[in-house]
Amino acid sequence: MTLPEEEVAEELTPGVPGRGPRRAPSRGRVVVRRFLGSRQGAAGLAVLVVMFLLAFAGPLLSPWSYTDRDFTAFLQPPSADHWFGTLQTGADVYAVTLRGMQKSLIVGLLAALVSTALAALVGAFAGYFPGWADRTLTWVTDLLLVLPAFLILAIMSPVFGEGTWALFVLMLALFLWMVTSKIVRSMTVSLKRREFIQAARFMGVRPVTIIFRHVLPNLSSLLIVDATLNVSAAILTETSLSYFGFGIQPPDVSFGTLIADGSKTAVYAPWTFWFVAGLLVVTVLAVNLVGDALRDAFDPTSTRPR
Amino acid sequence: MTPATTPETAPAPTPASAPVLDVRDLGVSFGDVPAVRGVSFEVRPGEVLGVVGESGSGKSVTASAIMGLLPSSARVSGSVRLHGRELVGARDKELNALRGRAMSMVFQDPLSALTPVYRVGDQIAEAVRVHQRVTKEQALVKAVSLLDLVGIPHPAERALAFPHEFSGGMRQRAMIAMAIANDPDLVICDEPTTALDVTIQAQVLEVLKKARDETGAAIIMITHDLGVVAGLADRVLVMYAGRPVEVGTVDDVYYRPRMPYTVGLLRSIPRVDRGAQRRLEPIEGSPPSPAALPPGCPFAPRCPLHVAACDEAEPPLFETGPGHLAACIRWEDEAASEAGEEPRSPEETEAAEEPEAAEEAEEAGEAEEAGEAEKAAVPRGEPVLRVEGLVKDYPLLRGAVFKRRVGTVHAVAGIDFTIREGETLGLVGESGCGKTTTLLEILELARPQRGRVVVFGHDTARLGPAERMAIRRDMQVVFQDPLASLDPRMTVHDVVAEPLRTHGLRDTGRRVAELLTLVGLEPAHAERYPQDFSGGQRQRVGIARALALEPRLLVLDEPVSALDVSIQAGVINLLAALKARLGLSYLFVAHDLAVVRHIADRVAVMYLGRIAEIGSVDAIYDAPAHPYTQALLSAIPLPDPARERSRRRILLEGDLPSPADPPSGCRFRTRCPKFRTVLTEDERVLCVEAEPDVLPVGEPAGDQGAACHYAEKLDVVQPRRNSR
Repeated sequence: MTLPEEEVAEELTPGVPGRGPRRAPSRGRVVVRRFLGSRQGAAGLAVLVVMFLLAFAGPLLSPWSYTDRDFTAFLQPPSADHWFGTLQTGADVYAVTLRGMQKSLIVGLLAALVSTALAALVGAFAGYFPGWADRTLTWVTDLLLVLPAFLILAIMSPVFGEGTWALFVLMLALFLWMVTSKIVRSMTVSLKRREFIQAARFMGVRPVTIIFRHVLPNLSSLLIVDATLNVSAAILTETSLSYFGFGIQPPDVSFGTLIADGSKTAVYAPWTFWFVAGLLVVTVLAVNLVGDALRDAFDPTSTRPR
Repeated sequence: MTPATTPETAPAPTPASAPVLDVRDLGVSFGDVPAVRGVSFEVRPGEVLGVVGESGSGKSVTASAIMGLLPSSARVSGSVRLHGRELVGARDKELNALRGRAMSMVFQDPLSALTPVYRVGDQIAEAVRVHQRVTKEQALVKAVSLLDLVGIPHPAERALAFPHEFSGGMRQRAMIAMAIANDPDLVICDEPTTALDVTIQAQVLEVLKKARDETGAAIIMITHDLGVVAGLADRVLVMYAGRPVEVGTVDDVYYRPRMPYTVGLLRSIPRVDRGAQRRLEPIEGSPPSPAALPPGCPFAPRCPLHVAACDEAEPPLFETGPGHLAACIRWEDEAASEAGEEPRSPEETEAAEEPEAAEEAEEAGEAEEAGEAEKAAVPRGEPVLRVEGLVKDYPLLRGAVFKRRVGTVHAVAGIDFTIREGETLGLVGESGCGKTTTLLEILELARPQRGRVVVFGHDTARLGPAERMAIRRDMQVVFQDPLASLDPRMTVHDVVAEPLRTHGLRDTGRRVAELLTLVGLEPAHAERYPQDFSGGQRQRVGIARALALEPRLLVLDEPVSALDVSIQAGVINLLAALKARLGLSYLFVAHDLAVVRHIADRVAVMYLGRIAEIGSVDAIYDAPAHPYTQALLSAIPLPDPARERSRRRILLEGDLPSPADPPSGCRFRTRCPKFRTVLTEDERVLCVEAEPDVLPVGEPAGDQGAACHYAEKLDVVQPRRNSR
């Protein structure tokens, strides 16, 4: 993990006079360099990109679409015709898996990002601005905590028809952020007393800028870990909602519906289950790798190889 | 006036007695990293050995190794003999029988060294009962008498108190009482006074001397403060990079140092008895990391006498005189250069410096006297900051749901001062005197609770947002802890560029490089993070950030107190040079009066939220008029053994009263030695009834002002010096 990083560093450091003003080594550049320099981060990112390519470009390679039924092949193992085999209904496993992956990747990643961003913003603002802002935001957080998320999602499920996946993502995110936001709030309160925040205040930096420049980066470890966990949580929530027949509605599919169906036939027709499950595991793993590498890139203390 | 002073007797231990503790070639390593290497010394009964070194030099590890308190991951080699009994490799049971009985330890932080849930008396009694077969009652009686011995008033009542009801100084006394409970032969004190204020430190040091006299125990005094050792120790061991580099009697080490490191340390300490005109000489660079020691002499990279031979092998300890060892191959050169120069005994060095320094001081003093007091004819420059009657209270609240006010903390109770352009005002006082609150009130640029703060001619109560922003540009701050005041998640470039960006500059790269060069760092350092730097370098980054916008007023909150002595000198010199070069004004808040003497033009001494005395540095340090200033100055240990022994110390009794409930009339009267011993009944009435204002003192009435009804100038730093 160290070698490529040092090479990059060497390229950048020599301030050769006459080469024009040196590029300012700001935090953004250093973090990007360190992230790309770490092997696991690059690997995780590559895997994620491959997954996205597979999900969106993969269906073009196969003659089957996820709505097609092959009435000549029910529950057949993988073959040249059906690469991943077929389901009981005659649907092509390759086609439906990729279709499900499209939905799950978008839902999982977006819901995680939205919920972590929401948690960070609400928590940081509540912690930084005492008084009515804090009270209002804390009240909203508490209110959402006591609402039965699963029930509300279930009741709203008829709304999530074709084309409203964005609303579904928002609703998922809306019920994921509260606990993190409370942690962020208390950490912000203690951060606010630190001298570097005071220094920024006395310098004349605006409070909102302080939150984005000083508070949130110092909570980045927490937020990144939270976001990676939320990816899995969002995919699993979507999965369990779909399992119970809410969430993504047929004929559309998601990892959740596929795993729910596949688990019934997994024992005697493993291809109906293992391809989906395998892709889910790889996705979550890649997200975790990226998260770890990002956290290390943000955290200046983790430079030294252990 | 002679309140509670103890003239120090020059102790000369009889070398005939056998050593209590004999340490031979002690080495400690954690994994592959050596923390302590080749430490050898012996301590005789009643002797005080000072172990001096900067942070990371291995002093505390040595102490822990002697006590057998190292974690099991540490590898200990060599030999430690207590009364001839080998302690290295001894079983824990054996050590337990010795710890507390034959040897005991006083720790730095007295709060964490006492168990919070037991009464102080019970804890001392427990220390007695562990080693002596006595009943509980007898042990408690002994505990009370021990508390009395260490000077805690009403010991029988205080023995029933819990540790949190004790102040820091009282806790440290209780720790000393516990340490001497079983008449040990050896007491190891690990930075016992570092966490305490100077007046309390003076009290605790007196207690230590008394304890030594009572028990006849040998004391190993570990500290980074050369002043503390000068007054207390008989012999000194200087440590550097885990190894002793100079050992000798206190006079040998202070007056005839042979190791360049010791020489450098002594030259780099700011001293309360020497004025600002004398530049400090910092030691270049920073101490090596124990994991990556340089080949040869570990001090070689920083050494002014460095020659090629220094890098070949680590020098052994050479015998440079009777009982005086130094680890330097060039000790003879050092001795010769010293012989060539004026003999460096303190009086004579000063005599040599005297005419020049005094002259300069006089000039400065005259200039100030001419210009001080707003009514004076010749103005000394525009006032950049004026504080008038500033008041700040904090409510004391109780209750979880319905908060009710149960009291008021008067953190700042009406203070006035002015800083003019190009001037440095030192604001000094012990912890809890309100100096940091004052500073924050000024920095907030908001309407104060009462009084006025005028910055660059603008009253902060009537500032619009745009004006406030403009003032923020001209007034910058440097904080105490350089690590805490730099965002750990930002590169140095971003840290230094932040004020530039905030005030609308876009292209920051070039300016940041300039600033880093200005404070003595390299522009290439810009892409590192703050934690990649040493303490002194971090503080330089903090100063670079404060200077980014070319401010006119710099507010410094204890900027050097978190740094080691050798590094501190460099930062002080940097601040002085920047001031001269950029024409800055400083508000310098500190508790260390010696540092203030070096950097400030004028000084204001605070006590319990009020200014006790204010005036030009030379006036205040040479002839303080307020009893508190006198006590404060006399409490500061000088790194000069002969003078330290002959000094008479004004010891203050008790602790700082709570700012929630200050005494009536003069706030200082409860601890005032003058009030207690000099004044008559009739004179005291005024102190109890009327709060004194800061009034000019001296003839002719000049710059100096003291808030005392009976102010009287008195030279307390040193008798017979500065005979103007």
